[in-house]
Amino acid sequence: MSGAHDEHGHHHREPESVLSLRVRALESLLVEKKLVSSEAVDRIVSAYEQDIGPHNGAKVVARAWVDPAYKQRLLTDGTAAIEELGFGGVDLQVVENKPGVHNLVVCTLCSCYPHALIGLPPVWYKSFEYRSRAVREPREVLREFGVDLPESVEIRIWDSSAELRYLVLPERPAGTEGLSEAQLAELVTRDAMIGVALTRPPASAAR
Amino acid sequence: MDPVPSREIADMTGDAALPRKNGELVFAEAWQGRIFGMTVAMSHEAGFEWREFQTQLIAEIAHAEREGEPSSYYERWLYAFERLLADKGLVDPTALAERTHDFEAGHRDDVF
Repeated sequence: MSGAHDEHGHHHREPESVLSLRVRALESLLVEKKLVSSEAVDRIVSAYEQDIGPHNGAKVVARAWVDPAYKQRLLTDGTAAIEELGFGGVDLQVVENKPGVHNLVVCTLCSCYPHALIGLPPVWYKSFEYRSRAVREPREVLREFGVDLPESVEIRIWDSSAELRYLVLPERPAGTEGLSEAQLAELVTRDAMIGVALTRPPASAAR
Repeated sequence: MDPVPSREIADMTGDAALPRKNGELVFAEAWQGRIFGMTVAMSHEAGFEWREFQTQLIAEIAHAEREGEPSSYYERWLYAFERLLADKGLVDPTALAERTHDFEAGHRDDVF
């Protein structure tokens, strides 16, 4: 019988396999009592995995990096361009980082945020401190996030509203010429799309 | 229609905050996702209010920290969920122990 209920065909650490069985037993009881359905659990797990993170925004950024025509459409009409990829529900303006220009997104009034693209906002984004300081002393705030920009770089602040949300198109890192669109998307972080981080090539991103 | 993530759940702070990487939830093992999904599903189906579970989770984490238990976040989550289900009279701990034994013995293998 050993390994009979090990669906992956390799040995887990014992405590994990014990917990896994216990969770399976619990699910089987809840399903039997009609308190949950396994399909509902599947849907919830995938919704929280997919929608809470920056997957969608990362796909948009990677597409813009590999397809100059798409990038042009994205910068001209963000709302229409994200609809091309199946994302919507938000009026969006995409702002591009380039040499000498760095963009930073904030919502000074509340916590407007492009959920459809980068999930739920982090706690700090909603904090009074970020909302006030991002406008007053953006260079200092960025430094605290680990982004030390030379004085020569202009920082543009974008204040989100219920009507219009902003997404930063980060600069494609050097040394990523050989990467596929999907591999590029993995380099794009939520923080980079808010503007509080830079996008790094794979070697240093793996830290 | 896919469920829309609840901010009450996603934005839990302090010790109860969901483990994340780059803003995304992290489930180190498949069972962690299952127990998370079951708990959220039960709260949707009006089995309990989310804050009831959150209170139980915070208590479980505090207990584990006090006892110096090396248990993981989702292990503590599992125990908090079990306790809540028992308190609500939804799942009897004895029935769960028996069912777990059935799975351990290989008598059952019918869920995920």
